[in-house]
Amino acid sequence: MNTIPEINYLNHPKGIKSWLLTLDHKRIGVLYLVSILTAFLLGGIFAVMIRLELLTPGRDIMGPQTYNQIFTLHGAIMIFLFIIPGIPVALGNVVLPLMLGAKDVAFPRLNLASWYIYIVGALVALYAIFSGSVDTGWTFYTPYSTETGGAVVAMTLAVFILGFSSIFTGVNFVVTIHKLRAPGMTWFKMPLFIWSIYATAIIQIMATPVLGITLILLALERIVGIGIFDPAMGGDPVLFQHFFWFYSHPAVYIMILPAMGVISELIPVFSHKKIFGYRAIAYSSFGIAFISFLVWGHHMFISGQSQLASMIFSFLTFLVAIPSGVKVFNWTATLYKGSIWLQTPMLYAFSFLFLFTIGGLTGLFLGTLATDVHLTDTYFVVAHFHYVMMGGTVMAFLGGLHYWWPKMFGRMYSIKWSRIGTALIFLGFNVTFLTQFVLGTKGMPRRYYTYLDQYRPLNFYSSVGSWILALGFIITAIYLIHSLRKGKPAGNNPWGGLTLEWTTTSPPPTENFQTPPVLTHGPYDYDTADVKPTI
Amino acid sequence: MDTTGTLIMPPAGSTIASEVDWLFYLILYISIFFFVLVVGAATYFFIKYRRRGEIAPTSQVDHNIKLEIVWTVIPLAIVIILFFLGFSLYMRMNIAPKDALEVKVTAQRWLWTFDYPTGINSVNELVVPAGKPIKLLMSSNDVIHSFFVPDFRVKMDVLPNRYTSVWFNAPYPGQHNIQCSEYCGKGHSEMLGIVKVVSDREYTEWLESAAGPGEGIDLESYGEQLFTSKRCVTCHTVDGSLNVGPSFLHLFGENVYLQGGSQVRADENYLRESILAPEAKVVDGFEPVMPTYQGLLKPRDIDALIAYIKSLGQEQGEQQ
Amino acid sequence: MNHSQSRPAYLAHHFSDPAQQRDASKLGMWIFIMTEILLFGGLFLAYTVFRTLNPDMFYNAHKHLDLTLGTVNTIVLITSSVTMALAIRSTQVGKKKQTLIFLFSTLALAAVFLVIKYFEYSHKIHLGQLPGRFYTYTGIEGTNPHIFFSIYFTMTGLHAVHIIGGMVVITLMVVRTFKNHFSAEYYTPIELTGLYWHLVDLIWIYLFPLLYLVG
Repeated sequence: MNTIPEINYLNHPKGIKSWLLTLDHKRIGVLYLVSILTAFLLGGIFAVMIRLELLTPGRDIMGPQTYNQIFTLHGAIMIFLFIIPGIPVALGNVVLPLMLGAKDVAFPRLNLASWYIYIVGALVALYAIFSGSVDTGWTFYTPYSTETGGAVVAMTLAVFILGFSSIFTGVNFVVTIHKLRAPGMTWFKMPLFIWSIYATAIIQIMATPVLGITLILLALERIVGIGIFDPAMGGDPVLFQHFFWFYSHPAVYIMILPAMGVISELIPVFSHKKIFGYRAIAYSSFGIAFISFLVWGHHMFISGQSQLASMIFSFLTFLVAIPSGVKVFNWTATLYKGSIWLQTPMLYAFSFLFLFTIGGLTGLFLGTLATDVHLTDTYFVVAHFHYVMMGGTVMAFLGGLHYWWPKMFGRMYSIKWSRIGTALIFLGFNVTFLTQFVLGTKGMPRRYYTYLDQYRPLNFYSSVGSWILALGFIITAIYLIHSLRKGKPAGNNPWGGLTLEWTTTSPPPTENFQTPPVLTHGPYDYDTADVKPTI
Repeated sequence: MDTTGTLIMPPAGSTIASEVDWLFYLILYISIFFFVLVVGAATYFFIKYRRRGEIAPTSQVDHNIKLEIVWTVIPLAIVIILFFLGFSLYMRMNIAPKDALEVKVTAQRWLWTFDYPTGINSVNELVVPAGKPIKLLMSSNDVIHSFFVPDFRVKMDVLPNRYTSVWFNAPYPGQHNIQCSEYCGKGHSEMLGIVKVVSDREYTEWLESAAGPGEGIDLESYGEQLFTSKRCVTCHTVDGSLNVGPSFLHLFGENVYLQGGSQVRADENYLRESILAPEAKVVDGFEPVMPTYQGLLKPRDIDALIAYIKSLGQEQGEQQ
Repeated sequence: MNHSQSRPAYLAHHFSDPAQQRDASKLGMWIFIMTEILLFGGLFLAYTVFRTLNPDMFYNAHKHLDLTLGTVNTIVLITSSVTMALAIRSTQVGKKKQTLIFLFSTLALAAVFLVIKYFEYSHKIHLGQLPGRFYTYTGIEGTNPHIFFSIYFTMTGLHAVHIIGGMVVITLMVVRTFKNHFSAEYYTPIELTGLYWHLVDLIWIYLFPLLYLVG
């Protein structure tokens, strides 16, 4: 019979103050988890409102100005407050030092500071919402963003502040991975989740400052009219797009790489099998990180950039497909002749494979210059990035959350309800977004408040899908919260994992390990190590 | 040529559309192949190797160089082919034939203006002869817009500080929607227009009639036509509900509250000024976003619009 | 063996020895410095774009910057880098009084830099050589000279913010030196401050020729 250890990081020391001033990476991870899930809830409510408005053409629940603010906030909150921090700050903070066999991250105070900076950024964003809101779209394109009313400066300030949080997390993780690995853990004995977090951190460090300077220039443009992006003053609005996408395309990989890392953990554990192509998966993370800096111009094929530039960006964009494809093939090959355990985390891994493959393949249509002309700025793009971001990252986040939940909180959630939740989310997601691919090929532009009558049926189905999706998330929230008190104690290693976090108690003590761990086998050595699931 | 569209593509209204569709379907079939390969295999493994009770002995093969080279090189070859196909078609889509008929397009919130070589212009209605290459030279008066005709498979951003262009050749008479596809504010989704593809003869006739508009119908009905065709309808309603701009219902003769606290009577001169210099007097509670119609409307057009607004204000006395 | 004796007070609990802690801190600082370079990199890019577009205007506008004051400021900053390096050296050999003298010298030189910058700025403001919308000066030939001053003020302004930030951190180091936090064994914070200060200096060494020595 499994029990919860009497003293663990959750209950010792006690009190609100001990949480707000904690330097323990696990507690900071939990604080982050609560914060990003709050942001996800808010962004999700906005998403449902968008779909309600688009249920029929014309006005349903709000006017065009409100709608423009709502879709801007949906995008800005989901991207800057949920999905960019997402997996690294919540799951990564908790399990990265555990997986490395370390007592904490390299700079615990910087870690806590990054959470507070995140909260300050979120509060400034809230202030922006309530002091006039923002209707620029999350992309802040000039000259619209320098002309329109509302609290654009406050919102750019919020994103600027959040950038610091992101950089601090990145610095912390890189140094931790370099300096604090357990004895015996060579680079190629690191779990693949660590590899992906490392590649992510490098992008965070290198791309975020460029976003920072872009936002400074945008704010200056609005406050003092420096004229750099303002066509009326000899500036160039397309320059802003170059600046913006130089960050925001690599940012896409800040969002997806950690997700790929989670999947690389789930598939071998639940197949009870060595991962296929460990080195290929590790290297491909870096291949993706590197190429991600060279493809920003594929957002701008019809923006008036030169045809030569478009040609180069199109070619490089296709190259990024290869390392992503290699990963997908490796995961599939890992399943071959495995002993596949259909637990909830694995169901999410399957959802990821299914949805991310669609998301990736639809990228081919957008990387191809001639077809991109027709499809860009339509719902095809909306569907494409939701398949990658939500079908990819959110599914992996949920998979990771269900996988490490017993480690983080020591208790197991309801298996039956978690299966129902997974099924509803998978179904609802496809109903919502598969329809949007067709809306896009049929020519419905994105960011439309109302639409031509021919797009009516598909919009209706898409909105219905969003309700199924919402129901799935509500069920998931309920059984997870319920499990915190009522769940069965999970035991140290419920799934039969081989990485170091499963060698300590669930939940772990503040110092992580009773005795400093020494690595005796690789992260996926199911051929030599003897381990069995305990639930 | 396909004029009704397929399940997933709109009708092909230009010569280039069927080529784009061919490439689109090629990528679609390649994608379906890879999707079935990966997800099909994964699904099969999930079913065949699912755990029944105890952990079954598993294969521990962790790499296979030949297989890994195959699944790297084949996709690489495919994407390089796609790149070349996409690029060569893209270049043809971008280089307009020399003899193309050139029309100047001006985008502003939230309407399209088309200036023809003969000196006439139209709003939100682009009339072109069938079977001739048309080149659009485009610029914006305010923010970035994007000119998108789904049936033609063409789209190009319209920028405030420089010219961009698209070209197309629509072989058959018919009508096609124009949609703005770069977010530009409140009226973005109603910044719509129509491309009317007509025969040579009809095109010549249209050029003539457009030069002397609205002959033979009374001012009120002509104004009602203009209300739609010049896209006043994007921002103003005639049923009293609020949109981007004030409603025209019961407007005429009413006292209007302006920004800054002053008042003005909505008479003919006020309406005329508001059409030609909209920023001069802005109604309280609205933003000064209306573009000027100076040069876009002929004197008779303005008379007609005022007459139409007048007709909407007739019952004012009875209402109160 | 007594636990507290084997671990010096400055060693955080999650590091196994001082060398590991020092290496980690240094690596972290170098990464942070990289982000700073990328931050300014964006501005260098904007500079390049607009200088390529308007080479003549850039040439004409740069002549309105005061080369003498710019040169003096360059010398002042380089000297402050030397005093900062000497402060680190003094800590390493355990000379507290010397450390304090050099830290104060660095602070003083930084202040001199800002004062000179203040005179340069106020002269420009007086003439109306201001960024963008506020530009009212008429004596510069070429298209859009306000863009030169937009870039000048943004670059030097952001750099001045970094100088002020550096001064705050150096002041903190003064306080910690007073309180005897540092020794010949443990001086990482003061070393990292030095790294940051050299970066701020280095950025100026790029800004100076780009803005004051066009052509």
